[in-house]
Amino acid sequence: MAAPELLSDEGYRADGRRPAELRKVRARMGVFAQADGSAYIEQGNTKALAVVYGPHEMRGSRSKALPDRALVNCQYSMATFSTGERRRRPHGDRQAGELALHLKQTFEAAILTHLYPRSQIDIYVQILQADGGNYCACVNAATLAVMDAGIPMRDYVCACSAGLAEDTPLADRSPEEAAGGPRLVLALLPASGQIALLQLSARLHQERLEAALEAAGQACRALHAVLDRVVRDRLREVTALLGD
Amino acid sequence: MLTSRMFLKRTRAGAVVKVVREHYLRDDIPCGAAACRLCPPRPAGPGLGLQAQPSGAASSLCPGPHYLLPDTNLLLHQIDILEDPVIKNVIVLQTVLQEVRNRSAPVYKRIRDVIANPEKHFYSFTNEHHRETYIQQEQGETSNDRNDRAIRVAVKWYNEHLKEIEDEEKIQVIFLTNDRTNKEKALEEGITAYTCEEYIKSLIANPDLVDRLACVSDEGKEIESGKIIFPEHIPLSKLQQGIKSGIYLQGTYRASRDNYLEATVWVHGDAEENKEIIIQGLKHLNRAVHEDIVAVELLAKDEWVAPSSVVLQDEGQNEDDIANEEEKENILKTSVNKDMLRPTGKVVGIIKRNWRPFCGMLSKSQIKEARRHLFTPADRRIPRIRIETRQADTLEGQRIIVAIDGWPRNSRYPNGHFVKNLGTAGDKETETEVLLLEHDVPHQPFSQGVLSFLPKMPWSITEQDMKYREDLRNLCVCSVDPPGCTDIDDALHCRELENGNIEVGVHIADVSHFIRPGNALDEESAKRGTTVYLCEKRIDMVPELLSSNLCSLRSNVDRLAFSCIWEMNHKAEILKTRFTKSIINSKASLTYAEAQMRIDSATMNDDITTSLRRLNKLAKILKKKRIDNGALTLSSPEVRFHMDSETHDPIDLQTKELKETNSMVEEFMLLANVSVAQKIYDEFPEFALLRKHPAPPPSNYDILVKAAKSKNLEVKTDSAKALAESLDKAESPAFPYLNTLLRILTTRCMMQAVYFCSGMDNDFHHYGLASPIYTHFTSPIRRYADIIVHRLLAVAVGADSTYPELTDKHKLADMCKNLNYRHKMAQYAQRASVAFHTQLFFKSKGVVNEDAYILFVRKNAVVVLIPKYGLEGTVFFEEKGKPTPKLDYNNEVPSLTVEDTTLHVFDKVKVNIMLDASNIQHQKIRMVLVEPKILGSDVPANLPTEISSKNEPEKKKKKLQK
Repeated sequence: MAAPELLSDEGYRADGRRPAELRKVRARMGVFAQADGSAYIEQGNTKALAVVYGPHEMRGSRSKALPDRALVNCQYSMATFSTGERRRRPHGDRQAGELALHLKQTFEAAILTHLYPRSQIDIYVQILQADGGNYCACVNAATLAVMDAGIPMRDYVCACSAGLAEDTPLADRSPEEAAGGPRLVLALLPASGQIALLQLSARLHQERLEAALEAAGQACRALHAVLDRVVRDRLREVTALLGD
Repeated sequence: MLTSRMFLKRTRAGAVVKVVREHYLRDDIPCGAAACRLCPPRPAGPGLGLQAQPSGAASSLCPGPHYLLPDTNLLLHQIDILEDPVIKNVIVLQTVLQEVRNRSAPVYKRIRDVIANPEKHFYSFTNEHHRETYIQQEQGETSNDRNDRAIRVAVKWYNEHLKEIEDEEKIQVIFLTNDRTNKEKALEEGITAYTCEEYIKSLIANPDLVDRLACVSDEGKEIESGKIIFPEHIPLSKLQQGIKSGIYLQGTYRASRDNYLEATVWVHGDAEENKEIIIQGLKHLNRAVHEDIVAVELLAKDEWVAPSSVVLQDEGQNEDDIANEEEKENILKTSVNKDMLRPTGKVVGIIKRNWRPFCGMLSKSQIKEARRHLFTPADRRIPRIRIETRQADTLEGQRIIVAIDGWPRNSRYPNGHFVKNLGTAGDKETETEVLLLEHDVPHQPFSQGVLSFLPKMPWSITEQDMKYREDLRNLCVCSVDPPGCTDIDDALHCRELENGNIEVGVHIADVSHFIRPGNALDEESAKRGTTVYLCEKRIDMVPELLSSNLCSLRSNVDRLAFSCIWEMNHKAEILKTRFTKSIINSKASLTYAEAQMRIDSATMNDDITTSLRRLNKLAKILKKKRIDNGALTLSSPEVRFHMDSETHDPIDLQTKELKETNSMVEEFMLLANVSVAQKIYDEFPEFALLRKHPAPPPSNYDILVKAAKSKNLEVKTDSAKALAESLDKAESPAFPYLNTLLRILTTRCMMQAVYFCSGMDNDFHHYGLASPIYTHFTSPIRRYADIIVHRLLAVAVGADSTYPELTDKHKLADMCKNLNYRHKMAQYAQRASVAFHTQLFFKSKGVVNEDAYILFVRKNAVVVLIPKYGLEGTVFFEEKGKPTPKLDYNNEVPSLTVEDTTLHVFDKVKVNIMLDASNIQHQKIRMVLVEPKILGSDVPANLPTEISSKNEPEKKKKKLQK
């Protein structure tokens, strides 16, 4: 049996997208009333929920408080029903810990933490359905949730993955495409072009890095346009409510 | 629009999981018709798309303009027809392409090439992602049925879509299928559908295409004719289950060259026992063809057999003569020793066919006006193929190509169809073409795309080239090669340093400077893998401009080189090694003989001669060291033809002579290869391209040990060193040629040396050279492996940069696989070429008697070697239509007693050699024993060479093997 073809000669990927096209994105802000901010996002079949509390006073040990800025606390989890096979994931999951740490780093770079010294911002994300690009969906959902909470940020943080089919970079990899080859994950602040996080798994030749990075960057900017529309729609909705 | 595909999959652990995949449907996929303005413009893709005014062959069935749309099976079986230039404007659906891809990689490659060809106007339509042609699998519908329906939906859509185009002439889409139910369904739905046969026969101007139709008969038809000969093949799903549970074994089927009723299956995997399974008898072979991947069931132990030593050829002109076969099968079942029995099995199913087009000749049916004929492939391991043709008269005596279509259970031979005519058999050009095709040697002239990457002439060395390069033009460099060599890829120098040490340099043509990674030139060379040397022709790996000019290190011109320079002391111990890209200017290109003459001459004392003498001295020390380490000196008879300069017919034939200088050059090349191998491995432990030579399993030496024992000699085979030493000692004063014979036999016991990627293997040892690490660096003009090694080394010394494929060990491993394959094929092609020229030689020479030695003893024949010509041949003792002499084969010694004469291995005999042209396809060198004389044989012992001119003895009808 031949290995599945990632990109046909006609220029279509296995799921019918062209190399630079994203999966379908749907998002909503303010899905929970009790939290300070919340958002839900679907990227293809990956579904993620993000909830933000804060900024508020330090809970638990006060000694962790930072004198000059807010502490960003992130938690990541996957629903037991999120994968094809039902599996319980205890909190101590190594992968979850790593992802939470990455999220923390990403948002420390994006949130204007110096505005809230000695306080704490909690970001909780959960994957409801996993279908590739979990980290990216979490970052995008969390961005919307932080905005929903009204916490000032430098810019949106948009994250997207990219892979390679021979020489052609593929944006927003589907799980089929994730089977082999290098993967690049980029979290970008689109307005300034600053990179909040760049992760590269598996070996990738230097010459191809640029192309893959460019593809991921393009995808992030495309995502930014979508998220921006979601935020503006939400704002219009809320102001219309207030306006009455 | 979005939909999702859902399917169930079984994981490796055996659990069943539901997999959901997104499936995007688009509305921007163009239909590919040039006249269409409804679709978005066609993006740059392969091929040119469909013509607005289809210009295919005119058909009487559908006179209007039309596009063709084949289904999967039609494409798989009739690819030969579709490739014909007459067939144009074909729509290939994605559904079809995907099915083809899963079922046959070669056909997929071919259809991809056709789609990419702008002249053919094939268009691949991505129907699975088109909003209006995608369909979902219905409840209870098999995926085959779904795909058939998807194809029909696409045809319908096309017809409606093309109607909407504002054009005076409506273009029709014609559905081609050979499946009866599919065609009926299509007609019901109002689609114009034909079978391939109907359509091709309707083509007005091209009746000859009909011959190239594959004859895939419907299942129903088969029952009519004849009884069933073969057991049924077990379906794939059951085979896989069986293989998993160990009932069946999966392996590669290798037919025997000598006996058409026997084959071996090499079982895949690492299992120690049952590695090699013997299959005997027509029914057990069960329609497997050489190189197929098959599933085998082992027989019970009491049915096991030993590999037969009988030579049998399929000669039955009368097809389906089964009774006869059974009789022949009985010949195989002679009583044998218990310990000779090997695992025996039968083929129960085919996992993957590996059919390719075969070269060969037509054996015309004896019935006049018959359309069915048998085709005899040139490769003896391939069964004969039945084809249907109306041009048998023109094809007779021609070399043709035929493809197999299928092998029904009731047919003694597989069915096939005619593909191409190569030319008259026996012609030198045709025969060369045949042997190149049979050995899969890419030999087309280089395409324009490839040639465009050559440097522009006149070429000179620029400032840019001087960067990272050392100027070594002042050194006294010279090259030593065989006479007439135009692709000189190595040169040497040697000088004394001030500190008393000696500096030795090996300079290799810097081919990687001209062939840059990734371009068409590089890809073509990588595909060719090696230059193939035939007797009168060279199939270059790189274009001539490079091989014979810019890269060739000719004398008195500046050339780019890659140099490996050692500082050695007078004991030939390496003190320092360095590698650098350089510029050299060779002072002399010598032949081996010239170099030898200079070394031996007492009067010459110029720079070149002194450095040659120094090199020669060092080489001798190096060689001694190597042999002390256990390197083997093996021997194989090599022949060289003296060609007539005008007709290129061989005039004389002699074995190659080896001079001291041959070994001098060889020694330094080995040293350079070892040094480079070490360097690139140190630098890139994961993706160095190396060469290894595995130690042969002890059982390989059985023949050698037995043969030596019969001459009261002992050959130790526990290690390479022991072997080398015992071979050195194996001398017999009365029989000086014995040692060479032993070495020839030893060569036959060896394994093949192979390229590999260091990250994928952990055994690097080179057995023959007794070196822990080895690679190929010294012949980049004729071997692609050396180019890769050059690139790696260039990166290691900082003269060049890497590129993605170079640092990908999987890519490198794939490349090694191709290189190994090409090397093997090139060797076979070379041997075949020598054999062909030997025949030409004996054709002009007539019949001769020569001294020969027996190399192997078989059950009904002996294999002899004629040292004078380096020629090997088989002497048979059975003849058709004559009483078989009493044969007594003793496996222990081994020896063969014919009537009263006993023949042993290494016996000196005299044989009568002549060309047997009774079968024009397999012209053979026929050998008959003259001395010792065997009762009942009718060959005169003293046959003067002159009388026996060409025609008379050849008339004897004998089927003998070369």
